[in-house]
Amino acid sequence: MKVKLRIKRFERGKDREPYWAEYEVEAEPTDRLLDALHAVKWYQDGTLAFRRSCAHGVCGSDAMLINGVNRLACKVLLKDLGQRITVEPMRGFAVIKDLVVEFDRFMEKYRLVEPYLKAGSEPPAKERLQTPEERERFDDTTKCILCGACTTSCPSFWSNPDYLGPAAIVQAHRFLFDSRDEATAERLVVLGARDGVWRCRTIYNCTDACPRGIEVTRAIGEVKKALLLGKR
Amino acid sequence: MAELSEAGGRPRPTGGLELYAWVFMRVSGLLLLFLALGHLAIMHLIHSVEEVNFAFVAERWANPLWRLYDWLLLMLALLHGFNGLRVMVDDYIRSAAWRVASLVSLYGLTFLFLVIGSLVVLIFQPMAGG
Repeated sequence: MKVKLRIKRFERGKDREPYWAEYEVEAEPTDRLLDALHAVKWYQDGTLAFRRSCAHGVCGSDAMLINGVNRLACKVLLKDLGQRITVEPMRGFAVIKDLVVEFDRFMEKYRLVEPYLKAGSEPPAKERLQTPEERERFDDTTKCILCGACTTSCPSFWSNPDYLGPAAIVQAHRFLFDSRDEATAERLVVLGARDGVWRCRTIYNCTDACPRGIEVTRAIGEVKKALLLGKR
Repeated sequence: MAELSEAGGRPRPTGGLELYAWVFMRVSGLLLLFLALGHLAIMHLIHSVEEVNFAFVAERWANPLWRLYDWLLLMLALLHGFNGLRVMVDDYIRSAAWRVASLVSLYGLTFLFLVIGSLVVLIFQPMAGG
């Protein structure tokens, strides 16, 4: 099948405004969008820039706005996108070149939630034990690959770039509800701050955008509840 | 983090204001649902708008419980709407001047309506006109 790709292109320091470039590629319906992007880059226009690494939905490098919604280019099939496909960089992040966006502030917020186990108490002789039920409590949020699809699909984030954003909250949730973690109070201070979870308006774009199927809005809701009623 | 510096830093807690605003929105929303449906039933189903005149109000407000009902409906609706607008200003108005202007008028108008509404409910004299 022939597909027409409309790609929003822009190069920092060179272009004043982003512009649309169109490419036509021959592909199989079961090819992924990433394959079509490769076909463009390898055989038509080597200047097209996008990130990808593992190409199998695990590394989280190729999240982009595909036909208006955030998806991983390596996980969507052309047959599900139609003959005319629009591809844009994720919204709300500064564009470096074409589909490559700046992750600096995103990672800054990720560091802010201290996404690692904080246990001050004396470690036991072997390991810190946890029951399967305790592990299950935060299982959903362990799946995050930091692709940025949720945060850049969030209207609250678009309008307020200071908002912590769904991705950082998901990461905080993963440790907040870990029975071995002892930094609950500190974590709740960050999450309950002015630009923490209260910026969430329960729009559900993040849940729709997550390529790992994490129930992001639910996770944010659980953090709100923890701030109100204490951790459960 | 509104207070997140360019280099990163600890966010400042807000002393729970946003938390209470969030709880208030949920609780008032739930109460408003019942209060507003009750209001609708009384004013439009049981009675009709043609019947609603001074005498009707005077008779109804002779009972302080109905005053409380109407006052609660008014207060909750006002504050619920106020908080919704406050949040929208917070989210979408980025310029400092417009922010201050919208927040000042929002707080001012809400306060004014709260006072006027409460005054009417409190000082209305059913006998004076009846």
